[in-house]
Amino acid sequence: MSDSALLEDPSTGATKPKTMKSKQAPRATAESMAAKQRDISVSEFFAKNRHLLGFDNPRKALLTTVKEAVDNSLDACEEAGILPDITVIIEDLQPDRPASAKSGRYRVTVVDNGPGIVRKQVENIFGRLLYGSKFHRLKMSRGQQGIGISAAGMYGLITTGKPMVIHTKPSAKSPAHHIELAMNTKTNRAEVTEDSETKDFPPARFGQLTSGTRELVDKGEFLSPATYTTGTSVSIELDGRYQKGRGSVDEFLELTAIANPHARFTFVPPSKASDEEEDVPLLRRGKKAEEKNAPADAVGSEKDSPGEGQPPKPIEPQVTTETGGVMVFPRAVEELPAETKEIQPHPRGIELGILLQMLKEAEIEKPGYTLYNFLQDKFSRVSAGSASAFCEKIGVTSRTKVADVDHDTAEKLFREFQDSKLPPPPTDCLAPIGVQQLLKGMFKGVRAEFYAASSREAAVYRGRPFLIEAAIAFGGELSADEPCRVIRFANRVPLLFQQSACSSFKAVIETNWRNYDLQQPRGAVPVGALVIMIHMASVWVPFTSESKEAIADYDEIRKEMKLALMECGRKLGSYLNKRLKMRRESERRDIFERYIGEIANACNAINGVDAKKLYEAMLVQARKRTAIADLQLDDEGKKVKEPDPADQEGVIIVEQAANLAPAEPAPVASPAKATKAEKAASDLGKRAKKKGEAEQPTLIAAAAKPSRKVEAKPSKKSAKTEPPPARLPSQPPSRPPSQAPSRPTPPAAAPGKKPKPKMRLENGKLVPVDEPGLF
Amino acid sequence: MAKAKDKPSAKLKERDKRTLSKIVELADDVSKKTLGGKEPVFHIPTRTKSNTLWNKKRGILEMGDGKADRPLFDLKTAKQFMQTMLHGSTIKDLIDSGKTSSLRGVFYKAKHTVAGTKENTFDTQEESDPILEDLEVTLGALREELHIFAENRGTLVGNITLVDRGDEIDGRRMGSGGWGIPSIVEPDVIQFKKCEAKFVLHVEKGTVWNRFNEDRFWEENNCILTHGAGQPPRGCRRLLQRLNQELKLPIVCVLDCDPWGHYIYSVIKQGSISLAFESSRLAIPDAKFLGIRAKDYEECDLGEAVKIDLTENDVKRAKEIAAYPWFEGHKGWQKEIQGLLNNGFKMEVEAMINKGISYVTEEYVPERLKAKDWLD
Repeated sequence: MSDSALLEDPSTGATKPKTMKSKQAPRATAESMAAKQRDISVSEFFAKNRHLLGFDNPRKALLTTVKEAVDNSLDACEEAGILPDITVIIEDLQPDRPASAKSGRYRVTVVDNGPGIVRKQVENIFGRLLYGSKFHRLKMSRGQQGIGISAAGMYGLITTGKPMVIHTKPSAKSPAHHIELAMNTKTNRAEVTEDSETKDFPPARFGQLTSGTRELVDKGEFLSPATYTTGTSVSIELDGRYQKGRGSVDEFLELTAIANPHARFTFVPPSKASDEEEDVPLLRRGKKAEEKNAPADAVGSEKDSPGEGQPPKPIEPQVTTETGGVMVFPRAVEELPAETKEIQPHPRGIELGILLQMLKEAEIEKPGYTLYNFLQDKFSRVSAGSASAFCEKIGVTSRTKVADVDHDTAEKLFREFQDSKLPPPPTDCLAPIGVQQLLKGMFKGVRAEFYAASSREAAVYRGRPFLIEAAIAFGGELSADEPCRVIRFANRVPLLFQQSACSSFKAVIETNWRNYDLQQPRGAVPVGALVIMIHMASVWVPFTSESKEAIADYDEIRKEMKLALMECGRKLGSYLNKRLKMRRESERRDIFERYIGEIANACNAINGVDAKKLYEAMLVQARKRTAIADLQLDDEGKKVKEPDPADQEGVIIVEQAANLAPAEPAPVASPAKATKAEKAASDLGKRAKKKGEAEQPTLIAAAAKPSRKVEAKPSKKSAKTEPPPARLPSQPPSRPPSQAPSRPTPPAAAPGKKPKPKMRLENGKLVPVDEPGLF
Repeated sequence: MAKAKDKPSAKLKERDKRTLSKIVELADDVSKKTLGGKEPVFHIPTRTKSNTLWNKKRGILEMGDGKADRPLFDLKTAKQFMQTMLHGSTIKDLIDSGKTSSLRGVFYKAKHTVAGTKENTFDTQEESDPILEDLEVTLGALREELHIFAENRGTLVGNITLVDRGDEIDGRRMGSGGWGIPSIVEPDVIQFKKCEAKFVLHVEKGTVWNRFNEDRFWEENNCILTHGAGQPPRGCRRLLQRLNQELKLPIVCVLDCDPWGHYIYSVIKQGSISLAFESSRLAIPDAKFLGIRAKDYEECDLGEAVKIDLTENDVKRAKEIAAYPWFEGHKGWQKEIQGLLNNGFKMEVEAMINKGISYVTEEYVPERLKAKDWLD
């Protein structure tokens, strides 16, 4: 086309099609097209569209593989009533590759102590997409579609050509099956390349991987045959990238451990992490001082420290190229989540197409099936009465057979379903994590000062029951000037990506945190030392995509989320309020207590009154007037003298030893500190036994080691811990026992667990607490 | 000599007994209340403007009945409560041992770290001094009755002989430095022996006083010459008042022509707000303000150099002073302050040197005295 042509006809729209047409090849005919038309195997589809399943890039592929395997393991263990003990091992198969390599070959192995898999099912479970026990039922479980693990195996196969290696031991008495299989993406079937029996389960090889695993094996804490009497081990070789930070395997396991306090996880990371460390991840934030002293902490860390063997080094972006440590996330509760029931769909949650499908299936299933019976059998909450009411409303009798329901009638029925006033679906199909477990999980994972949790009653979206739980952790070591961290879970599975697309994230933003004394920029999450956890449990979690990264934004769901958050927020608000009040009161008391000794002496010098008696009388008054400072905090700010465990539901408050107060000048001057420290020390000392450890907050006491702060600032420290000299020549009375009331250990605490945290007044300032990494 | 010394000390003992019993009473109240389970509270007469009454008849400021509670168990007052108590015991100690101490000495005596803390009972003397004034008003005892004295401030010279704690002081033979006026000038310490002077000339500062003394003004004009180093301290004011009341000497003030000078005059004449409880002992209602006057710039034909611009604060202060009840109805003073405001500048006494080194002593003051040209 020449310029002149353009000039002649400036309407390009008119000229262009013409030229295009002239250059195009002859169009396909219906016949030629038909020749190319054929079945697309699901596997083929997903092999091409692997991003849909979470295999977008090497790093995420590694994570997704771990995630799918762990999810399956957890589901299997729970269904079999076994407390999960899951070991995740990532081996770097190309440790010598250049540091600049974008990805490398890894072998991911996940070993569980679940029930194992019977031989004949192995191919189906691991070798086919869309094969599973979970898709067809309405039951709360982690996996849903039956895509996960086989997709991971397929990804491994595509990227490395290596088959999946499965060891499974369904019976404690017989040897394990050793199966290697590769998926044929064309047929969506597995091809077994190796099928033998082995006595090597759990595979002993892993015990010798690193110094950390050897150490644990010696202690019987790593893949112990006693624990893994049955179980399954899946190994997948794949092209991946191991890198810490957000969206890492580490974060996933850390969060999974929070949401699954009943499970024990062991993680053997590869010897080498990618050089390109980005974030310092997760819930703990290393401080410079801590990092320096990290090795020293290791010595003191005991059973409460999850980092057995070698505790994790605080993650330091520049340095971490070697992660020798095996991480152990211990079990925090010894009860399995309640078993969930499978439910029938609720009429209000059904869609027309599915209804039609169900009608068709029912006809085949039971010839002569009446609609009346069908309604009662196949739906939840449809009683005989409501079934006949439905029949009546759509103009059929209770004898009408399913086969006779035509499309129009079905549509009428569908409309009636929407308008029906049926009770919401049963909720025994949901197993909430539970407030106590949430708290323990959060406590395990986040080092904060205050924890609150709430578990809502079940609600319904689209006829599907769901339940929202929320927990928050506040203060402590969390950074106070960054936006809060939101951690999201669906059926106990952490959601690591697409945060802003997630209903829960929106719920956090929509909640007005300013009501609870937190800062919150407009249209953003609150800023502060806060971690917010949201968990949605449902028989069917509405994800925005197959890779299950964000919860779809249903109004009903978001509303419940907000209510749960508000409940936590209120607890936090009242804690903050109370803390402020207590602080004021304790400042008051400190001031009074400081001066009355002087006053009593002066008074004695003037009129000869018994200074000791006068001092005591003043002390009594001072105490009475500041009684609030002695109160224990409870969740609603009620006064609890001898707290009843029930009152503490939903909160954990970590006692802070006031003498840990850092260098910053205390507003009311140091004297207060001395008494506080003394008090705190004696209080804690009861549990910690060792004085040196008494500076740690109670909860951490077991894992305590000499405080680094102390070493760093010996002068400050000693000045503060010195018991105050006698105020009077005539010895001030010792504090009555009621001055240091202690909370009873909660009955729920499992043996060998940490003592229940408690709080006594804190002289203001949030004091960062130093203890070894919890992970 | 010995006798002279004994006499006052015997007197002191009588007064001391009274003061002591008041202090003990205060402490008893605290211990009784406390042991009885009640909160100890001090009731301290307030030394604020709102609790200061203008007694028109007597021409002095008086303290009202207003009292402020100082409870122990209140964050705002807990420390003051302790400080009050400490000073109570310090004073008892002083009286018991028959010694006196300076304000600063008392501050140091009561200052220590609170047991078991790093906090001081008193951090600065500024914290301590008001507590002593609190005690004065609470106990109804004067500072000297509490055995406390302030730094000597103010100087006297002139045709008078007096006795200071038994020693005779001849005001005519004081050389260039003058006699330092002690902070306690009560009759038991200072007695007037012989006085030829006909009036007292009180000037604001030492520099001006030096001019008058060097020019032997007191000799020429048969008077007593004093200064109070700015705002005259209690000792100085008390001495002026005694000279005025006991010897019937008129007090004539030569102060700067600025709000501060006016205020000093006001304090000498009517008393001050913070010491309203002592007005009857300190105020000299018939004190006279000789100058510098606002009109002097023109009348004395002073040069441009004497002017110091009024600041905003000065203007504000001048208006406040004009609104004092004791100036409010006084036409002369209203005119004077208005004159100052109209001038828009202040003048210091020293500025008179502009007209000649001894202009103020040889012409200005004698002429005004002769003409009785003053404000009162």
